[in-house]
Amino acid sequence: MTNANPVIVVIEDDPAIRLFLRTGLGAHGFKVFEADRGKQGIIEAGIRKPDIVILDLGLPDMDGVDVIKTIRGWSVMPIIILSARSTEQYKVDALDAGADDYLTKPFSLGELLARIRVALRHSVGSPAQEQSGIFTTGSLKIDLLKRQVVVGDSEVHLTPIQYRLLSVLIKNAGKVLTHQYILKEVWGPSYRDNSHYLRIYMSQLRQKLETDPTQPQYLLTESGVGYRLKV
Amino acid sequence: MEIERPDPDELLARVERDKAKARRGRLKIFFGAAAGVGKTYAMLLAARERRSENIDIIVGLVETHGRKETAILLEGLEVLPPKLINYRGTTLREFDLDAALKRKPSIILVDELAHTNAQGCRHPKRWQDIEELLDAGIDVYTALNVQHLESLNDDIGQISGIRVWETVPDTVFEEATEVELVDLPPDELLDRLKDGKVYLPQQAAEAIKNFFRKGNLIALRELALRQTANRVDAQMLDYREDNSIREIWQVSERIMVCIGPNAMAERLVRAGKRLANSLRAEWLVVYVETPELQRLAAEKRDAVLRILRLAEQLGAETVTLSAPDMSAAIIKFSNERNVTKIVMGKPTRRGLKRLLFGSIVDVLISHAHNINLYLLGSPQGDDDSKGTKTDQSLYQKSPLPGLSAKLTTRKKGYYLGYIWAIVVTLSSALLARLMFGRFELANLSMFFLLGVVFTATRFGRGPSVLASFLGVAIFDFFFVTPYYTFSVSDSQYLVTFLAMLTVGMVISNLTANVRSQAKVAAHRERRATVLYAMSKDLATSQNEDEIVRTAVRHLYTEFSSRNVILFPDADGRIVYPKGRILPESLCAADLSVAQWVMDHNEIAGKGTHTLPGAEAIYFPLSNEESVLGVLVLLPVNLRRIFLPEQQKLLDTFLRQIAQAITRVRLAEHARITQVDIEAERLRNSLLSSISHDLRTPLATIVGSASALVEEDDALKPEDKRELSRAIYDEAQRMSSLVNNILDMARFDAGAVALNKQWYPLDEIIGTVLTRLQKRLGGRPLSVKLPPGIPMIYVDAVMIEQVIMNLLENTLRYTPEGSPVEIMAEVSSDAMEFSVADQGPGIPAGSENHLFEKFYRVRHEAAQSGVGLGLAICKAIIGAHGGNIQAQNRPTGGAVFSFVIPLDQSPPLMGPEE
Repeated sequence: MTNANPVIVVIEDDPAIRLFLRTGLGAHGFKVFEADRGKQGIIEAGIRKPDIVILDLGLPDMDGVDVIKTIRGWSVMPIIILSARSTEQYKVDALDAGADDYLTKPFSLGELLARIRVALRHSVGSPAQEQSGIFTTGSLKIDLLKRQVVVGDSEVHLTPIQYRLLSVLIKNAGKVLTHQYILKEVWGPSYRDNSHYLRIYMSQLRQKLETDPTQPQYLLTESGVGYRLKV
Repeated sequence: MEIERPDPDELLARVERDKAKARRGRLKIFFGAAAGVGKTYAMLLAARERRSENIDIIVGLVETHGRKETAILLEGLEVLPPKLINYRGTTLREFDLDAALKRKPSIILVDELAHTNAQGCRHPKRWQDIEELLDAGIDVYTALNVQHLESLNDDIGQISGIRVWETVPDTVFEEATEVELVDLPPDELLDRLKDGKVYLPQQAAEAIKNFFRKGNLIALRELALRQTANRVDAQMLDYREDNSIREIWQVSERIMVCIGPNAMAERLVRAGKRLANSLRAEWLVVYVETPELQRLAAEKRDAVLRILRLAEQLGAETVTLSAPDMSAAIIKFSNERNVTKIVMGKPTRRGLKRLLFGSIVDVLISHAHNINLYLLGSPQGDDDSKGTKTDQSLYQKSPLPGLSAKLTTRKKGYYLGYIWAIVVTLSSALLARLMFGRFELANLSMFFLLGVVFTATRFGRGPSVLASFLGVAIFDFFFVTPYYTFSVSDSQYLVTFLAMLTVGMVISNLTANVRSQAKVAAHRERRATVLYAMSKDLATSQNEDEIVRTAVRHLYTEFSSRNVILFPDADGRIVYPKGRILPESLCAADLSVAQWVMDHNEIAGKGTHTLPGAEAIYFPLSNEESVLGVLVLLPVNLRRIFLPEQQKLLDTFLRQIAQAITRVRLAEHARITQVDIEAERLRNSLLSSISHDLRTPLATIVGSASALVEEDDALKPEDKRELSRAIYDEAQRMSSLVNNILDMARFDAGAVALNKQWYPLDEIIGTVLTRLQKRLGGRPLSVKLPPGIPMIYVDAVMIEQVIMNLLENTLRYTPEGSPVEIMAEVSSDAMEFSVADQGPGIPAGSENHLFEKFYRVRHEAAQSGVGLGLAICKAIIGAHGGNIQAQNRPTGGAVFSFVIPLDQSPPLMGPEE
């Protein structure tokens, strides 16, 4: 797989949006294959070996979540879902089924490109970060080997859970993570229903890492869905 | 300019009312002095004439009694088949009311207005059938003999020696549209009788022959002629009134008839009616119930009741007064009601008795100066002893079969009083015996007197009389020389005896009066209390269901009768209620009877004149405009319901219930109308908002896009960018508008379920501020949150939207660069959040409208949203059980704030491992 001409499969039934994606993404050097039905999309995803799948959740022939599950049966390729508004639970279901990120319609090309970049980075891996073991964003610097967190010039002390939470976010930096996912990763499967734990720790983390917790720069909330560490 | 025009609905209603009046059928009575004068013949002749005029006239029921010339007249006329009723083995032919109503001709002939229907018919009397025909708008021809008129019944009975029981209320006669007198000189009638041309029932042939004496016939003819003349006179008066040829009445006459529990009562009432008729005056019938009269036998009281009901039928207002002094009560009441004439019986006390005890007439003569008295003598030989007998007969023909239910008297308490009288007197004797020798004999007698007083106050008259006699006897026997005999040596003790007896009687009488007055007062008070309790309950009842339940309960308590209130369905058919059944509810109402009551707005059922065979009594529940429903009451004791006082109480109950129902119905109607108006207003503003707010950005998008498509070559790159930018911005704006509309629609459809969880307040605010980062631009923003991590239990997505909308609102309506302040406070049971600005503030008076859908401060402003943002906020906060408001700050600018209750305490966090 090369970064030269990433391949994208777009599974979307609306021709106007397909047109917009084809021209918009084509202009940025992506090779776009289209499918207007879920079944056809799954076939495209199988034969084109895409770097990313962009999937509309509202397909006429099958449930978007089922498409994700089918693809996840044989591939870990990044999937970005497109959905209508006011269906937070549907997004969460899709993310929990294995989608990597989501965008709410209507969206701009800029937003989509940003999500694609994040997804590509994760699928390729971030060699620089992994080798050095140091994650940096803005004035935030975390040494994953030394377990050291520095904001600006001063070191911040985190509790074990706070650190574990932060490291899960760093591992998926830029990606949206559902409450369920984070709870499972940090606390273990038995804590799945205690999302207020997560919220409180996230709040604590913000108060320690953000300059103004009410206008967070790094630890962003995806309303009704989960959290995202901004990169 | 708007011209004030009459409300079309009201006009329509008036026309309907007039029509209803006009629609009532006309009654023509062929009126005669006696049987055989040719009423039926005349009636049929008239019918044939109508028939030849092609009027739809049918014969409902005509008895030809086998007379040929009459039967011939029937030929060619449509005759309604009679209803055959099996009565004790014989088949009776009765008028078929329902068939007639169904056939609905223009005119119908129904003979014998005074006829009494067989059991099983809807009404006991034919005149009631005819009333119903008239109500249905059918004209009726009927025949009537003068002796059957209610008010003349008595007089004719005296003249002819024969009393007929079949009577017709005078009102029916008076309200007839036309009365045609069928006259035949007595000699000719007697000739016809001789020729066998007059039908006479076999069994009473002798008596009736006696009736057809010439003298009788002359008298009857005179009465019939006079009655007809009176009517013509009345018509003349009506005519003059209608045509405004009215003299000014100086004083309107008001006649009061005083009746007592004797045979005179009925005659007095009839006389009163005649007097009232001739004077065209209002009339009242008054019965004064003194404590003595309250002790009358139940049968006698029922007879009085019957007379009062008769008076009501004759058109009088009836009043029962409870007072110890009859004459005082009469004078007081007549003054209150401005009575000008009093009709009463001649005093029965004569000679010395009258001189000693006086008579009401004497008191009235000396005290009521401006009232004319009319005294009626009793017919010869009709004294009190005979009166009792007549009472009995009156009682027997009581139209209220249930009234014969005997009142169970308090026999037990009665005997107890006498036993106590003996015990008390013996105790007095014992006490006197102990004091004997130490006190004067005259003083010892005081012990006995004390006993009498005690007995009188506690047990009433009878026992105290016994105590008086017993006391005198014992005193004489044991204390007066010679002892142990009833003979008295010193005659002065006779004075003592007499004094003891008199004092005992007087005191017992006084106390008896006091007791009965107290009873009356207690009764009145209880009634007032009962009424008050019900009105209070009704006033607090919020809906029809509650009112009905309250009413049923109170009716049960007061009249100890199971009852139910029935209402018509949408089609006007009475149906059984579907709601919860109360223990007091009656479950066996006859819906057809209820329907009749509903349609006719008249009482029916047991004890009434309509369908008296029914188990229960059916009362219409009506207000001034219409019948709302029917109260069905299963009486335990019919007497208790038809007592005048009780009936007034029941009337009041019914009125109050009807009023309460009318009140909630009006309120409901007003509410629905309000909702409709509101919905209409909303629809209109939605349309105008949508058309304005969606078209404006669409215009830009379409225009710009068409420029890009069509003028691609002519456009400079920067123009293209600008146009694209405009499309992008407007599309964004439309997107948010559509989102708002959809959100509101979801709320209106009730499709929003809250997903409440515990959230840190700063996370919610942070989410919003992050999303608004770009739009906030360089605005100075201050966020004041309580320290720590306050948790709130809300649907975060929705609360974020509230905060978002509030902030967007602020950004939209305040100048660029002006500061925005966000404040939040969390207490154990509530969270308060506010957004304050330093902008122009809210126009005075619009504080409450801001949160209404589609409300905008400046309507024409192109920059504004659809006017849904704040309405959505209100809906969300409302769903959280909170409150949102807007006001101006004293320092300038506006503040929007909401409070959400937090009824749970935040979850506990275990210490970190």
